[in-house]
Amino acid sequence: MESAFPVLLVLIKTLLVIVAVLTFVAYLTLLERKVLGWIQVRLGPNRVGPWGLLQPLADGAKLLLKEEITVSAANTAVYIIAPLIVVVCALLPFGVIPFAKGLGLENILGPVANKFDLNTGVVADINLGILYIFGISSLGVYGVILGGWASNSKYSLLGSIRAAAQMISYELGLSLSVIGVLMLAGSLSLVNIVEAQDSVWKWFVFRQPLGFILFLIAGSAEIARTPFDLMECENELVAGYQTEYSSMKFGLFYLGEYAHLLFLSSLMTTLFFGGWQGPILPPIVWFLGKTFFFVFVFVWIRGTYPRLRYDRVMQFGWKTLVPVGLLNVMATAFVYTLWLKYVG
Amino acid sequence: METILFYVLAAVTLLSAVCVVFLRRPLHNVLFMILTMIGLATLFILLHAEFLAMVQIIVYAGAVMVLFLFVIMLLNLEEISLPKEPRPLRWGFGVILALALVVVLFPIFSHFTPSVMGKSLPGAVGNVSNIELIGTELFTTYLLPFEVASILLLAAIIGTVIIGRKLKD
Repeated sequence: MESAFPVLLVLIKTLLVIVAVLTFVAYLTLLERKVLGWIQVRLGPNRVGPWGLLQPLADGAKLLLKEEITVSAANTAVYIIAPLIVVVCALLPFGVIPFAKGLGLENILGPVANKFDLNTGVVADINLGILYIFGISSLGVYGVILGGWASNSKYSLLGSIRAAAQMISYELGLSLSVIGVLMLAGSLSLVNIVEAQDSVWKWFVFRQPLGFILFLIAGSAEIARTPFDLMECENELVAGYQTEYSSMKFGLFYLGEYAHLLFLSSLMTTLFFGGWQGPILPPIVWFLGKTFFFVFVFVWIRGTYPRLRYDRVMQFGWKTLVPVGLLNVMATAFVYTLWLKYVG
Repeated sequence: METILFYVLAAVTLLSAVCVVFLRRPLHNVLFMILTMIGLATLFILLHAEFLAMVQIIVYAGAVMVLFLFVIMLLNLEEISLPKEPRPLRWGFGVILALALVVVLFPIFSHFTPSVMGKSLPGAVGNVSNIELIGTELFTTYLLPFEVASILLLAAIIGTVIIGRKLKD
């Protein structure tokens, strides 16, 4: 009984994080439409509630009430599982993102607060956090591939083949871009990485500028944001792998996509911009502020750049991103070793 | 608690491994194989081999199986294109191979008492995280095998590039 109480509290904490993520995801859709509206000199959603604030709720209700269509030629089991894989793989990595230093629970709960990571500002401080993230994100590809395959339609299949090729190629660039940060922080745990950036000039964006640029590019290809959104390229493929999906199954794909966007922004904050670190304001405010700044940057990119051609995307991934990433790893290792030897 | 977890995870892993062998549609086989890989990774986590678990997921479940899936999707393999069961010869070979594996593994199992949970090592070694330990060992004790393996991989990469390259006419 004694050990059941903290476990219950950890479950509640996890649930809170999930609810927060889902709420943010819902409002990301509004944010994206509003910002795109401003960029294109129009108003954006403004009918449902003041400034369209109730729009996400209306959208959610609409998605739930729409007729559920399962394509008759579809492979039913796989067709249903695919969106679930996407959502689960988009939500799981949030577990290792540190959103604050501590929760200050020891004043309320006493010694119980220090059990099972309950008091830390992260659901689980895994010491291989970044590997866990790459592991989960490499599984997320399956949702997209299977969804496209199970729909049994040409557009879906083409979309999912593109998705598979692109995601695997850019995962390599993404992993390489992070290695520099890992070397300098000396840890794979995201909590330690944030703690290594305790002042602004120690932020890894200044110590790893090339790594950050590579991460930004490879990351937006990984979550299929606009310059790289060839898997759902509407003028060739209708909507790519999600063409045959309707109602809440489509909603789940949509949710997964925006959860990925939120996750990538928070990961970028954590790895390169000091996570929750910042003066005066509480850590959680800094964390959310930085995260939403990057969400805004991604929307901004979407409003600015046209889509690339598919062969160019693949060429860029393999012939530019990977070699430059390797070079960055080698240069970082070289300079860091010399630094340790002669300066530090 | 850990013991229950172990038996549940082991059951899932074994069941999905059985499904890989007995199901008739190639796509389902691949899906269950992914599940088997993930199940193995969870067992590694129980044994405190977290690094191995993550690598298992990233390399096998994440990368290798995607390529399997890719091939099956592109060739559009269906049940019809597979040979009809039963094939006594194949079954016979399968059983013999399985028995041979048991014979090979038996000496290993007789040396160790099997345990469900991993134990952390005592002293300084136990305090070092998995990945640091692996890194140090690879670059000191096992430097030569490590370098040989990387040259092998390099050769494989160059080989694929040469095979995949378009010939100029």
